[in-house]
Amino acid sequence: MANVQHDITEALSCVKTGDTVLVGGFGLIGAPLSLIDGLTERDVEDLTVVSNNLGESGKGLGILLNQNKIKKGIGSYFTSNRDVGDKYQKGEIELELLPQGTLAESLRAGGAGLGGYYTTTGVGTDLAKGKEEREIDGVRYIMEKAIRGDVALIRAHKADTLGNLTYYKTARNFNPLMATAAKTVIAEVDEIVEPGELDPEEIVTPFIYVDTLVTAQQVLTKEGVVNV
Amino acid sequence: MSKTEMQHMIAERVARELHGPAIVNLGIGIPTLVAEYMEADNIYLHTENGLLGVTDVEEEGVDPNLVNAGKLPVGEAVGASFFNSADSFAMIRGGHVDVAILGALQVDETGVIANWAVPGKNIMGVGGAMDLLVGAKKVFVTMSHTSKDGSPKLLRECTYPITSTRQVDMIFTELAVFSVEEGGLILVDLMPGATIEEVREKTEAAFSEK
Repeated sequence: MANVQHDITEALSCVKTGDTVLVGGFGLIGAPLSLIDGLTERDVEDLTVVSNNLGESGKGLGILLNQNKIKKGIGSYFTSNRDVGDKYQKGEIELELLPQGTLAESLRAGGAGLGGYYTTTGVGTDLAKGKEEREIDGVRYIMEKAIRGDVALIRAHKADTLGNLTYYKTARNFNPLMATAAKTVIAEVDEIVEPGELDPEEIVTPFIYVDTLVTAQQVLTKEGVVNV
Repeated sequence: MSKTEMQHMIAERVARELHGPAIVNLGIGIPTLVAEYMEADNIYLHTENGLLGVTDVEEEGVDPNLVNAGKLPVGEAVGASFFNSADSFAMIRGGHVDVAILGALQVDETGVIANWAVPGKNIMGVGGAMDLLVGAKKVFVTMSHTSKDGSPKLLRECTYPITSTRQVDMIFTELAVFSVEEGGLILVDLMPGATIEEVREKTEAAFSEK
């Protein structure tokens, strides 16, 4: 059963210096904006952040980046935040670039208890360098390792107090995968309801994966990120 | 011709090569414009951030949490579905997407493309390009025929890092349309206003004429 936490900073007390943190979202869409903001208030550093992007300049994970709390970023598209390039140039951050489908599948594999898997994506490119290659039934594959985190910060739409989650449109993206792939999972949601109020057919993330729930205090609107 | 007009001309030409029923994934830039010109009503658009059944959206219907891979607002078509990123890329890698339309920085004379990194600049983003190249049944490339400095982008060999060893199927520029066959590039069409002399002058890659 999930712990419903009203204090976001308290909910984040499990995040420690040096942790690997999985952060949901495709840019700001489906990113746990309140939890990210809460993390900027916490005294932690040397984080490895696994997320498709490192936010945008000064927004979302971009704030954490500018606070120098991120030691390493693992993602597929850092180009969306020009500050990442500046920090990389100065040697202030390590980056590991993965194809978007590989990032997603590595999280899926991590959550499913696999060590890794073979994929055709990236074969023969610079991103295959140093990776094991093998031929299966005449096709070249590279081995990609699974990804697991210490903590996952995810964004969902509705939760019941058990921790069952539903999602909203394209804000789903990496969130259900990250929910499976970390020791501790904190979900930020628009609304928390009683068990039984969510149709079992609409639940995408069953509560088995979810440890802590918080209600979103910052949401993405047409006008940008606003406090609610 | 303005850059925008050129992009629309290319997009319109690509749309003529799309025949339903088909699942089509559109990349960022010129490929996104192709949707405006598709005529078949049984073409369904897939976007890798997790939606099958992309459609356009009126200003009043814009939802910040309903976007395409370029983070532009979109709508959901009748019959649309949402899914997570692993499922979305399983569709791509698993060979369930019929056509991917991508942009490119360079294409070599065997149809291998480079579209994710420029040497000497920080290698910062790849997104879904490598997955789409290995997985889509057909890959169409759209790009301007030459770079800003006028140098050819259709080269003997790519000088930028390649995106995949897979050869694309068709290449569309503002000057010409090429198909990629076993023997190399074949010029299948000249675009309005273009001459064969101009295409020859601005193309480094060897190609044959249909």
